[in-house]
Amino acid sequence: MSVVLRAQGLHKILAGDVPTTLIKDVDLEISAGEFVCIMGPSGSGKSSLLYLLGLLDVPTHGTIALDGVNTQGFNDAQLTQLRLEKLGFVFQFHFLLSEFSVLDNVCLPMRRLGRWPEAQCHERAMSLLTRLGVAAQASKLPSQLSGGQRQRVAVARALANDPLILLADEPTGNLDTVASANVRQILHDLTRELGKSVIAVTHDPKFAAGADRRINVVDGQIDPDWQPL
Amino acid sequence: MIALNIAWTHLTSRKRQTAVSLVGVVLGVAFFLAVSALMRGSEKDFITRLIDNSPHITVSDEFRTARLQPARLRWPDDLVEIAGLRPNNETRGIRGWRYRLGQIESLPGLKAAPVLVGSAVLLFAGQEQGISLSGIVPARMRGVSSIEEKLVEGSLDDLEANPGGIIIGAGLAEKFSLRRGSTVNLVAGGGSNRSLTVVAIFRTGNAGYDESQTYVLLKRAQLLLGRPDRVNRFIIKLADASQALLVASRIEAMGTYKAVSWAEASEDILNVLFVRNVIMYSVVSAILLVASFGIYNTLSTIVMEKTRDIAILKSVGFQARDIRHIFVLEGLIVGTLGSVLGLAVGAGLMQLMASVQIRPPGGTAMVNLPVWWGGEQFLIAAGFALLSCLLAAWLPARKAGRLHPVDILRGAT
Repeated sequence: MSVVLRAQGLHKILAGDVPTTLIKDVDLEISAGEFVCIMGPSGSGKSSLLYLLGLLDVPTHGTIALDGVNTQGFNDAQLTQLRLEKLGFVFQFHFLLSEFSVLDNVCLPMRRLGRWPEAQCHERAMSLLTRLGVAAQASKLPSQLSGGQRQRVAVARALANDPLILLADEPTGNLDTVASANVRQILHDLTRELGKSVIAVTHDPKFAAGADRRINVVDGQIDPDWQPL
Repeated sequence: MIALNIAWTHLTSRKRQTAVSLVGVVLGVAFFLAVSALMRGSEKDFITRLIDNSPHITVSDEFRTARLQPARLRWPDDLVEIAGLRPNNETRGIRGWRYRLGQIESLPGLKAAPVLVGSAVLLFAGQEQGISLSGIVPARMRGVSSIEEKLVEGSLDDLEANPGGIIIGAGLAEKFSLRRGSTVNLVAGGGSNRSLTVVAIFRTGNAGYDESQTYVLLKRAQLLLGRPDRVNRFIIKLADASQALLVASRIEAMGTYKAVSWAEASEDILNVLFVRNVIMYSVVSAILLVASFGIYNTLSTIVMEKTRDIAILKSVGFQARDIRHIFVLEGLIVGTLGSVLGLAVGAGLMQLMASVQIRPPGGTAMVNLPVWWGGEQFLIAAGFALLSCLLAAWLPARKAGRLHPVDILRGAT
């Protein structure tokens, strides 16, 4: 399988009076269609690693190549453009724009990218919402939806521009058992049916159990031996 | 388009705050417009009065500089030293005035009238009064001087019909209790003496003028002053008074006689008016500046409340530039709406002020507030409002563009 994301020698050090090392010497590769979970104790640097891999943050040292493009030395505008085209994000809290309808929220990245005409954006958004089982909510505001529904809308938005990789930061962390099982199932299906890679930070062992691979992060380093309690 | 969509949604989802900023801009623009209309109106009113009481351009039988000596004209680049020089005695008056007047009148957009100005002493019932005597051609004075409109008794035609007539000011008439038909004696500078009949009386409102200015026929003045067939002044009225400086220099270029425009003659007053305008515009601009703080406040609040939205937009792939556009657009929307409404309210205020009649302290007549309806101040008011809104929006917009999604995500998750 082809490698879609390759990180080499990643370091992230927060500058300050006392510099803090968040990520230390991380190497990893993600293949196309792979479902990878990042686990680890609280404060171990899981989210920091995800932000680096998702090009939201830049490493202090090391390189990240996305779809064969080395991003070293890219400026903010270039990284933003890459995120727009190749990455999709789902966060622990749904993070939908509260004043816009569900449909508009899903259309937002497509409108920014400008690859499809407006009518096609609508069509694509509706088909994503249908796939995720929230098509009936399309014209509602996010505040009128349940937590699980919102998270599914967030997944739909993350998939809007047909990204290579979906990055999820504790996507089920804020959901009840039924809803989190549902979201888990959706993310699994995505890798199978659409061939997307998924990188998910999670605390949930059940979530991790279905993953192709588990990456443990302890104190900013990858630790294959660590086990969740 | 998405930026506009988001900007509009931000503003409409917080109607009260938006309304407050909007009212600030509306009031700012309205007051800016009303005050500047009143100030510019009073300035124009003042200038009109200033111009009306004197000709736009006066050509007199003087030169700006002494004539060059023939030797200097012959060898302009060589050293010519002439000591103990005194300019030649000129024959007083404009030489070949009919030809020169014809020349001046060939210029477009002006009317000119020949005048012979001299001084005389008026004798009546044993009293004396030094006066200024202007010999005029009544038909030519029409449309050049405002004297005809200022006549309170009699007309210019009465002077035309009566070669022995004289027009005097109301101040002089009261002083000597003269009326139409009274006979006065005039002793002119040349020593000739003549009795004249008062045919008309004018009142300009300027006391010095009303007491000492008189008009007789040009021929009469030439005889009285002993200067047959001469005039020493052309007074000129322009269709567009603001062209006076330009036209005056053109006239001077063709004739060498000194041509003084009203703008040159009243330069000090124009300077005062300019300073007054600067003061007025600074004060009314301050109103708009204060209004723009309202916008700054609203937008800053929105930026603070919407940090999560900004983080999402950035993580989804919106550039810092796109985020800035959103907030600048919000400022522009408020600025544009505020300007349009403000201009409407301001025009209403102007209408109201224009309809008010007041009696100034010590005045005898009711006057309307002079309101100027020039389009230029509408543009200035709207332009300045937009500019200050843009500035007020730029600071929060820049801050929003600089927000780092990771900082916000870390804080939130």
